[in-house]
Amino acid sequence: MEVAQQEILNKTAEKETVNILGSVALLEALIAEGVDTIFGYPGGAIMPIYDALYDYNDKLDHILVRHEQGGIHAGQGYARTSGKVGVVFATSGPGATNLVTGLADAQIDSTPLVCITGQVFAHLLGTDAFQETDVINITNPVTKWNYQVTDATEIPEVLAKAFYIAKSGRPGPVLIDITKNAQIQLFDYEGYTPCNHIRSYRPKPIVRMPYVEQAAELINKAKKPFIIWGQGVVLGSAEQEFKTFVEKSGIPAAWTILGAGAIPTSHPLNVGMLGMHGNYGPNVLTNECDVLIAIGMRFDDRVTGRLDKYAKQAKVIHLDIDPAEIDKNVKTTVPVWGDCKETLPLLTALVEQKQHTAWLNKFRGYTKQEVEAVIHDELNPTSGEMTMGEVIKQLNDLTHGEAIIVTDVGQHQMVACRYAQFNNTRSNITSGGLGTMGFALPAAIGAKYGAQDKTVVAIIGDGGFQMTLQELGTIMQTGVDVKIIILNNRFLGMVRQWQELFNDRRYSFVDIESPDFVAVAAAYRIPGKCVNERAELQGALKEMINSKGSFLLEVMVTKENNVFPMVPQGCSVSEIRLK
Amino acid sequence: MSNQDIEKQEYNITVYTENQIGLLSRIAIIFTRRKINIDSLNTSPSEIESIHRFNIVITESEEVVRKLTRQIEKQVEVLKVYYHTNEDVIWQELALYKVSTDVIAEKVSVERLLRENGARAVVIRKDYTVFETTGHREETDNLINILQPYGLIEFVRSARVAIIKNSEGFNAKLREFERLEPGEEVIENEYLNKGAKVFTM
Repeated sequence: MEVAQQEILNKTAEKETVNILGSVALLEALIAEGVDTIFGYPGGAIMPIYDALYDYNDKLDHILVRHEQGGIHAGQGYARTSGKVGVVFATSGPGATNLVTGLADAQIDSTPLVCITGQVFAHLLGTDAFQETDVINITNPVTKWNYQVTDATEIPEVLAKAFYIAKSGRPGPVLIDITKNAQIQLFDYEGYTPCNHIRSYRPKPIVRMPYVEQAAELINKAKKPFIIWGQGVVLGSAEQEFKTFVEKSGIPAAWTILGAGAIPTSHPLNVGMLGMHGNYGPNVLTNECDVLIAIGMRFDDRVTGRLDKYAKQAKVIHLDIDPAEIDKNVKTTVPVWGDCKETLPLLTALVEQKQHTAWLNKFRGYTKQEVEAVIHDELNPTSGEMTMGEVIKQLNDLTHGEAIIVTDVGQHQMVACRYAQFNNTRSNITSGGLGTMGFALPAAIGAKYGAQDKTVVAIIGDGGFQMTLQELGTIMQTGVDVKIIILNNRFLGMVRQWQELFNDRRYSFVDIESPDFVAVAAAYRIPGKCVNERAELQGALKEMINSKGSFLLEVMVTKENNVFPMVPQGCSVSEIRLK
Repeated sequence: MSNQDIEKQEYNITVYTENQIGLLSRIAIIFTRRKINIDSLNTSPSEIESIHRFNIVITESEEVVRKLTRQIEKQVEVLKVYYHTNEDVIWQELALYKVSTDVIAEKVSVERLLRENGARAVVIRKDYTVFETTGHREETDNLINILQPYGLIEFVRSARVAIIKNSEGFNAKLREFERLEPGEEVIENEYLNKGAKVFTM
């Protein structure tokens, strides 16, 4: 079969056609796009592709997951750490519908994916055939693009478009549904041509210098400018350009959770996290700055709080690649449309070198208050039960900001994002927009495949872990090295916190029982440990980090701890509560 | 709420697209996701080979319409979206009316009413006659009311089609799209220097 693959390459290089199967053409397309890893699960309607994959095993590393949702979250984790397009295979019907949560997650968090689903024979479409589902229509709202292939001759061109659309402009998930007849159809293959233009698709708006100039003028006149940045900086690979802009302008900068790590946590101008559980200063001072410079972020409601009380006093500059984001939630004074990798250097050239010492000290003043009221006790408790914060702090002491931290959704996510140290970009992997519990374990598997030389630590709550714990099977079978920390508070903690604060402690179905997680891990031949006592924590974390291969560490933390600061829903960011 | 209602009016959204299966659904869900009713929807091939044109009518505020058009334009197979108020377009709807031929033959007044309303006969058979008229909603509605007493058997009205008054067609635009570089056209920023006025809920 190796000979056959060579023949495909030789003949197409000579501009000759070669008669191949649709399923083989699909794999040739993946290789041509530089794909090395696929996360997938076989089934009836995708069997011809898996049959072809049997001969491509040396070029394409297929990771057999335990559930298609795990497959797509792994694809997301891979895409987020590697910067490449994540590739996922699933069969028709339930295989395809199990992708939907991951597609929605990737769509809202702009993660580039190409998902391939098998489909029933074209002549059976619409007959309620076995495992037939209308995956194109189901996935319309949660994909950047989707397409059903019913003829093998379409495969090379459609795959080229799929990769181009997934990764260009504002990235997103693409789903290609391939009917079984197309997979087993022989056709004359002419080779693979990557796509770089679709006439109806504009990945990047043109950069308009007048707006860049207006933005620079506002910034240069500003007394209290404030930068808020999001994942756009990372997706645009503009971390260096961003750092140069921040350092030249001397403007304090705060991040959304998906933007974390674009400049290091320890950078002197990094003033912290925005949003509902973000830092005190960035939230309060959003309503005091005179120019707000939003870079590659979309003013999510968890960042803005109440919109009619959000930065009303400020002139707003918004840099974004997606024209639909401009004025969507917050009206912009000056929109700077375009890829921030291009627009940031233009802006940097025009802004004056400055230091905003007094203004920056204001942030530091708020930080001091927050440390005294919240952070110190959260990170350094000396008595009582363990806190989530101290686990993160101890982890920082061992990994020194070099680890990739993958979080699930809930209290532990907010605590980890607040306190984890990030020295590098693409090292905070979390479900930001969709808030998908169960994301972390499979995403951590993918994250490791996308960044093999890094330590990957998944931090997960006891609730979320039970949503996708079957992926321990994937870890067992592949031997992928993922460190798992379960922060177990025996509650669905974030919902409990809200019930405590807003529903008079009426704890409605948040009391969750868990199995013996260490025993579950052991059943999957993954070593583990459960820690109840503070004195054991550091040693256990060391054991986990130093273990060869995966390790599950369960830490029993205090049951009814709340994440503060907090901007209560419906309140302004400046009404953030410290307790 | 009341403030928003005052701002609401009919908008004609014109969408130029590739001819692609499933695109209708992708466009429709942009409205339904926001619980916005589509008053009228017409889709047909445009004057340019392979390019389709949607005419969509909704009743909303301009701000909502602007956001919707940007979301529609984000669809990969959508080339360009325009929106216009009724004043900015020439629009027509076509209506067909089926009435009993006997009634028409017997009552001279009906013939006169039809002529007055600009209707013309499309089909005349022994048992029934089909009339056609084009015009605005009030005009086609008017003829229903007139024919109702004479036994209107069946009525159907098309979606609205609209020609943009201030438009030079799409041919030049398409050539721009076929180039590799991004297009020049950007919607002007109407909020520049408006300070406090620019924020909404």
